[in-house]
Amino acid sequence: MIPRMTPNGMPAIRAVSLVLAHVPSLVRLGSKPLRALREVKDPVEYLRPHLRDWDAARTYAPNQVFIGNLGVDDLAARLVPWHRHPVAGAGRFGPDGEIMPEDEFLGLLATCDGFDLLALAGEIADRARPALDAHPVVGRESGRPAVPAGVSAAVLDERIERHKATPIVGADGKLLGAMLPGHDEDDTLTGQVLLENLACKATAALALRHLLARPGAIATSDVRYVMSCGEEAVGDRYQRGGGNVAKAVAEWAGCARATGSDVKAFCCAPMHALMLAGALVRSGLHDDVMVVAGGSLAKLGMKFQGHVKHAIPIVEDVLAGFAVHVARDDGVSPVLRLDAIGRHEVGSGSAPLAIMKALYSEPLARIGLTLLDVDRFSLELHNPEATEPAGSGNVPLNNYRTLASLAVVEKLIAREAIDEFVRTRGMPGFSPTQGHIASAIPYLAHARRGLTEGHLTRTMFAGKGSLFLGRMTQLPDGLSLVLERNSAS
Amino acid sequence: MNLRGKKVIALGERDGVPGPAVAECASRAGAEVVLTLTACYV
Repeated sequence: MIPRMTPNGMPAIRAVSLVLAHVPSLVRLGSKPLRALREVKDPVEYLRPHLRDWDAARTYAPNQVFIGNLGVDDLAARLVPWHRHPVAGAGRFGPDGEIMPEDEFLGLLATCDGFDLLALAGEIADRARPALDAHPVVGRESGRPAVPAGVSAAVLDERIERHKATPIVGADGKLLGAMLPGHDEDDTLTGQVLLENLACKATAALALRHLLARPGAIATSDVRYVMSCGEEAVGDRYQRGGGNVAKAVAEWAGCARATGSDVKAFCCAPMHALMLAGALVRSGLHDDVMVVAGGSLAKLGMKFQGHVKHAIPIVEDVLAGFAVHVARDDGVSPVLRLDAIGRHEVGSGSAPLAIMKALYSEPLARIGLTLLDVDRFSLELHNPEATEPAGSGNVPLNNYRTLASLAVVEKLIAREAIDEFVRTRGMPGFSPTQGHIASAIPYLAHARRGLTEGHLTRTMFAGKGSLFLGRMTQLPDGLSLVLERNSAS
Repeated sequence: MNLRGKKVIALGERDGVPGPAVAECASRAGAEVVLTLTACYV
């Protein structure tokens, strides 16, 4: 029996799951490769030497940190470049989730398609079905739809040539499947757009099932509200961002009594969603809220030109997804301090230090704390092996150094202590460049462990969103959350 | 650098110095900011 939350109690983070799907064949369909390789005669052939097989993706140290098999300090201690130093004995599954191979994921995509728009080649469907049926989390007994029968190459060709289906071509050049458009004249329902939406739904659904399959997890029938904060804006020509991925994911995962909605704020959306979920729980409207997000197919291979130039593997070959169970205080799980939300407000301005103050020191000061009362900060966690070869720098390190500079300005540390601040309170970036997910989320499961079984007392999460990219405002966005060890534990 | 009377395109970066912050500095230095953009590299 979970005790009722006290009037002053804060919501708790009961569980977190993080999943990856290794999809080298979909890299070509990422926004950047699609545009950059438009003039290349054979994009598949061009990309092939730079794509990794599943063993390489599975044993890649950042991916192992993502699913919880390695800690962030373990990663910091490993030899670089990480792509040249695979993790011996790396498992597919970890305490937080899994790295799903491509064949199975294509089957999973097909089970998420309620309109028969995605057709898989017979051979792919036949390979995916038994593997997926035996899956410990999304097997047949999970109640999900079956992997549909595959079709012949002739049928796929016809769909592509006559009906404008988007071809899915394997790294070996074989046709794996094709995604039909959902409408003849709707730019928001092309095969490409629908494949992006379906990939988002499938990875979010996989993460949610991982969460629901754990011992002691909330019963599927007790899930009443789901929030999705992924990047895809599902809709049609009359309402491009109509939604509602959350409800689609809940349906697929068998949460028959759930409803839900989508939260949009570019890459900052997960922070907003966690705050809103916490507020719904604290208000008493819902005892449990699931926050989910699927991956961004559009961002696959986003920095591939840098990888090709430097002859290293394209490490942006995975889709990511996560699910978080926000619930009433159970006396054990870490609590979300709703009295210490950091906000980038309209009037906060765009000077880097002003943004940092709004997101970090101001919310901490509100509850009588300073930056030094936080054991670990989770900021932008983009893997530098994805960004540095493309000239985008080490994003986490830059952000940690700015944060440490704020600690200097506030006279909390000496200038000489910046490196130590970054080393002890930061972490190396280990997230695929999946935007909203890389924005602080991948450390959440590590933090939950550290705040329950480990030695952490307090962690802080800050997400940023590039609202200006949508051309409706010059403003960025930012929101931070404090996660604390449960005082009852 | 004397920016007075100059036209300026302010290009910023989200995880560095955003465009509006660059524009504010240029504007205070007497420049006419004709375009402000911020890039996001992730």
